[in-house]
Amino acid sequence: MSEKENLMKGIDERSPWRDITAGGFVYGSGNSEYFNTGDWRTRTPVWKPEHCRQCLLCFPVCPDSSIPVSEGKRGDFDFGHCKGCAICAKVCPFGAIDIVAGTESAEKGGEEA
Amino acid sequence: MTRKDRMSGNQAAAEAIRQINPDVIAAFPITPSTEIPQYVSSFKADGLIDTEFIAVESEHSAMSACIGASAAGVRAMTATSSAGMALMYEMLYVAASDRLPIVLAAVNRALTGPININADHSDSMGARDAGLIQLYSENAQEAYDNLLMANRIAENPDVMLPIMVCQDGFITSHGIENIIIEDDAKVKDFIGEYRPEKYLLNPSESLAVGPYSVSPYVIEMKRAAHEAMKNARQAVADVSADFARVFGREYGFFEEYRMDDAEYAVLVMSSAAGTCKDAVDELRAAGIKAGLVKLRMFRPFPADELADALKGLKALAIMDRSDGFSGTGAPLNAEVRAALYGKADVKTAGYIYGLGGRDIKVDDFKDIFGELADLAAGKELPYCRYIGVRE
Repeated sequence: MSEKENLMKGIDERSPWRDITAGGFVYGSGNSEYFNTGDWRTRTPVWKPEHCRQCLLCFPVCPDSSIPVSEGKRGDFDFGHCKGCAICAKVCPFGAIDIVAGTESAEKGGEEA
Repeated sequence: MTRKDRMSGNQAAAEAIRQINPDVIAAFPITPSTEIPQYVSSFKADGLIDTEFIAVESEHSAMSACIGASAAGVRAMTATSSAGMALMYEMLYVAASDRLPIVLAAVNRALTGPININADHSDSMGARDAGLIQLYSENAQEAYDNLLMANRIAENPDVMLPIMVCQDGFITSHGIENIIIEDDAKVKDFIGEYRPEKYLLNPSESLAVGPYSVSPYVIEMKRAAHEAMKNARQAVADVSADFARVFGREYGFFEEYRMDDAEYAVLVMSSAAGTCKDAVDELRAAGIKAGLVKLRMFRPFPADELADALKGLKALAIMDRSDGFSGTGAPLNAEVRAALYGKADVKTAGYIYGLGGRDIKVDDFKDIFGELADLAAGKELPYCRYIGVRE
């Protein structure tokens, strides 16, 4: 993601009504990046790099662009936006993605789904 | 060149649209407003306007297309009536919430059912909470004049709300009247260019219009629209004053007819005001101090100004051309009484009249003034009554 200015910076859930844009217009594009929706998650994917062959079948199917790819290789999930839909785990041919219950990954206390 | 002409209210509205030359018109035919887009499409075919005319498949789509065009950054207009307006209701709220200054030429017609094509105000009264400015016109001249003012009122940066200019179906829309059509260039100069601050087709700024609003933002957005509607009062006053300066015809939030020393008054909107003026003249000739208040601006509602104008009356009749079915009086009755509460101690009587195009006559108004005298003398009247209903 290239660096860009967040034109909605300073407008949040504490903003007085006079500071909200007219019509609720959202200035700039790609603003969803700034809106943390990961806490909607009720189950969490766990990436196991030792099983991952970097086939990259997972990242195009992610509805929330939460699998970052850099220089042809995926990294760990963007848990700020991952909703735990588990589509990535379904398409993974190598069992490199587990799904655990809860909003946290297994190392942080999540349970086996 | 300014010209005296004779034409119907629909033609007058179409003439206004020709002179405004909006960028986009999206409309769907419905009686009695059908002629407006019909005339406009002829203007387009004759090369008199360069408007993009979008023939849509419904009024819901007409307002949706206007929303898209207005959000893109251009002037958008439509026209409708009755069930067509009702089909627009969803998108009227969206247009207002998105703060888009769309102009709607409304030709008031009874809302089905029972199915009927004639004048009453149930259609625009159903849209009264949508967040549109609402102006009502007594005749073709006023429909024309109000439309010439509409864009500037709606596009005021402190307002940015859609606006509805209403005239009565058939009575005004199809009746031929004398009218003054102003000079094209003078009108163009009066209306000016529309330059929105933010718009979708701006290549140097990206923008999202109409995004989902989570609950922590909805009240703030409504509060801002509430302020915009309050600001519309000043915009209507300022644009009307400028209109009077340029074209010589004066418009307030309401017209006071023979109200200076009036003891009894009728408050009414649109075409019935013309009939009532005749009744007032006849009663005045007979020595009765009768007057009329014709409300032009229903949204925003000029409560303080009305209370000032009405205080001191012995009795007031409030005339609704729709029934809100509250069981305690129709919409105009309720709002006027609320405006008077605590500010002017005036006895009032509510009347519902003219539904589905039923005529109201000079004698009906004279009877109402007679009842106002009874009311002032201490007779109890019900909160609201139908005029001309067969008992």
